[in-house]
Amino acid sequence: MGRFVLKRLLTMVPVLWLIATLTFFLIRLAPGGPLSTEKQLPEEILRNLEAKYHLDEPLPMQYLRYMGMLLQGDLGPSFRYASRSVNEIIAETFPVSAIIGILGLLYALLLGVLSGIFAASKPNSARDYLSMFFAMLGICLPSFVIGPLFMLVFAIKLEWFNVSGWNEPKDAILPAITLGTMYAAYFARLSRTGILDVLHQDYIRTAHAKGLPGWLVMLRHTLKGGLLPTVSFMGPAVTAILTGSLVVETIFNVPGLGRFFVQSALNRDYTLVMGCVLFLATLIMLMNLLVDIAYAFLNPRVSYD
Amino acid sequence: MKTMCRIVGLLVVVFCYCTSHAAVKLSKQQILRVGNTSEPRDLDPAILTGVPGSHIVDNLFEGLTSYDPYTLEPRPGVAETWKISSDGKTYTFYLRDDARWSDGRKLTAEDFAWAWQRALNPATASEYAYQLYYLKNGEALAQGKLKDFGKLGVEVLDKDPTKKDRLVLKVTLEHPTPFFLRLTSFHTLHPTPKHTIEKYGDRWTTEGKMVSNGPFKLSEWKLNRHIKIVKNDAYWDKNKVGIEAVYFYPIENSVTEEKTYKAGDLHLTSTIPLIRIPYYMKQLSNRAPGQYIDYKHSPSLSVYFYRFNTTKVPLNDVRVRRALAMTVDRKLLVEGVLRGGQQPATSFTPYVDGYKFSNKGLPTTVTPEVVAEAKELLRKAGYPNGEGMPKFEILYNTLEANKKIAIAIQRMWKEHLGIEVGIFNQEWKVFLDTQHNMNYSIARAGWLGDYPDPNTFLDMFVTGGGNNETGWSNPQYDKLIDMAAETTDRQKRFQHFRTAEAILMEELPIIPIYFSTNQRLVSQKVKMRDNGHLRDWQPNIMDRLLFKYYALIDINNGG
Repeated sequence: MGRFVLKRLLTMVPVLWLIATLTFFLIRLAPGGPLSTEKQLPEEILRNLEAKYHLDEPLPMQYLRYMGMLLQGDLGPSFRYASRSVNEIIAETFPVSAIIGILGLLYALLLGVLSGIFAASKPNSARDYLSMFFAMLGICLPSFVIGPLFMLVFAIKLEWFNVSGWNEPKDAILPAITLGTMYAAYFARLSRTGILDVLHQDYIRTAHAKGLPGWLVMLRHTLKGGLLPTVSFMGPAVTAILTGSLVVETIFNVPGLGRFFVQSALNRDYTLVMGCVLFLATLIMLMNLLVDIAYAFLNPRVSYD
Repeated sequence: MKTMCRIVGLLVVVFCYCTSHAAVKLSKQQILRVGNTSEPRDLDPAILTGVPGSHIVDNLFEGLTSYDPYTLEPRPGVAETWKISSDGKTYTFYLRDDARWSDGRKLTAEDFAWAWQRALNPATASEYAYQLYYLKNGEALAQGKLKDFGKLGVEVLDKDPTKKDRLVLKVTLEHPTPFFLRLTSFHTLHPTPKHTIEKYGDRWTTEGKMVSNGPFKLSEWKLNRHIKIVKNDAYWDKNKVGIEAVYFYPIENSVTEEKTYKAGDLHLTSTIPLIRIPYYMKQLSNRAPGQYIDYKHSPSLSVYFYRFNTTKVPLNDVRVRRALAMTVDRKLLVEGVLRGGQQPATSFTPYVDGYKFSNKGLPTTVTPEVVAEAKELLRKAGYPNGEGMPKFEILYNTLEANKKIAIAIQRMWKEHLGIEVGIFNQEWKVFLDTQHNMNYSIARAGWLGDYPDPNTFLDMFVTGGGNNETGWSNPQYDKLIDMAAETTDRQKRFQHFRTAEAILMEELPIIPIYFSTNQRLVSQKVKMRDNGHLRDWQPNIMDRLLFKYYALIDINNGG
């Protein structure tokens, strides 16, 4: 197991290098640049700005300069936010996305898996159809519909929460629930399917034959195998949910990383785009690694040595 | 009956007294909360670009002049008085003795000289450095043609010859610049604190480090969360400042902003959602006398227009351009599509500071006579009924409002002239690139004036101007803009501008469409101080918010 983890960590390095190189050149291929503005700048001021950000150097030189900084862990200054470095922006905004993400994930797992079990425990019954109907609804309704709806009900009508902003702990709740709802729906469907698959296995029948009570069979035997599809979906889900969502952050005006990621691309903020891409890539790879490790624990047929 | 009348009359008097009495009770907590669209790029007055940042910096710093919050007329700022030479090229500013930085350090004329040299220095790479090109040798220094910053048209003198107090700033300009006293309140010309910038470099604007000289100082800067500024006790006019703190929230989603306002968490919004405009307009027209409506819309110093690529067939033909410009039904667009109180534009410069150009050549509505005239123009250009017209498209940057306008204009041209025009959109930066490289036929454009003077609009279309981007050039037009720059007499100067604009509207390298409006919600609690009186909030044409003059009152709905 230790060797497997080490090997995976080492392969991350060339992958990250590849991603960094591709992003570096791709973003520069996009028309327009960080310095193009509606009010056209006088030629000489444009030259001064280019010199300040080393955009006047040949591309290979810029690339080497960036890679050199990257090796020292420096993601460079942001083009758009003159007094901030990319490292600072990520350090300040990622925790916000992470808090909302973790809360959203917990909520999604709890609600999703519970309704999955609830539905699978009596397949094709009214409770199955009802919970799967709501799951389908959750998948279909986009967050830009759910978000304002939650805001209207819980913030404006009931006044339990603030409409927008990030000032008190409870400000995390509405964004987290909005973010988690879609995933809860996915988790519900995935865990229902997984559990139904396992229910017909011999070892479950054996457990029942031994006279174990139904809930114990569910907890000890069915869930372990039945959650596998959910776990494999966790890798991408956790990353997507942790790195913030542009839509949820904009609706609730939450200072997370998601907004910066999208806007950096629109602003052609080269360094911020690079920083976000590399940070997210690292996070995705780490999460996938964690999922693989979890797999080994849940499924005895999987082994990494 | 008579007593009845008396009682009613008395009641009315009592009621009026109560309401007016309630309306002047200042809130205990003078903390203003403002919606401010997006995270500012920076708070360095020299580096800053964009409206959200200037709303903040306008309150953190004060230039040589300040301005009237309603009329924007120059008022004394750091400079107590000033003298202008008869040729209009030399300004002598006498700085007040009690001007201080927020850390208590004395503010002198040297701070201004240093700040302006810094903004012009190529190493600072200020995007707005051209606002200082009016100074003698400013342009040459920014271009690096001149290296000696001692040659810049600023000179620091002493007010009191017996001791060195460095409180007089003598400014020499390239041309008489009648709007110079308005420029000196613009953020690029604000003083910047040499002592902290030399200490902290690019990071001097961050929380805990930033020093400023205006009515407020920076207290908190939380990325995408809020920026908080608090009253600056070192400010010379601090006794007039009633607001204790201002929070700026970067709320990008206008629906969220409106809801936050409705929940009572904002006093001022930055805009209102497009779809809500009809609702608020109805509220305005249905209001009872004396009733307060928080929806405010007012003219802004900006124009929405289309650029023609005048180097491309068939748009190189002025007759085609005129036919197209004439058959845009501006009134229909403004009232039927936009519905936000915008004004149809038949000329390029909005009404500003007494300048107005009335253009008889372009109609606001399209009548059968207009259509006949436009068709005649097309026939003369060789395209009877639009036949044989080479294909061209309208390009716009991706935005719902732009799309609506483009579709409407596409239909108008089809209906009136029988011309099929394509429309297509591009993402913002791609759009800017396409426009700059002249790869378009017709492109959507907007222009927001930098200072309240026609020059900020009309100097755009001089030959080779960076923002011309139409390929259009007219030597007579260039000459008139140059002449206006050399003229001190206001009326003569405006006459040059009018003649220039007449040429622009004759040759039509652009189609003016509408003059925009500023729209926002303003709480009834927000008042403005005016010589000891409290008045209802009022907009100004540059949409500048000077919180020095603001006050918050308690609204007691019962009284």
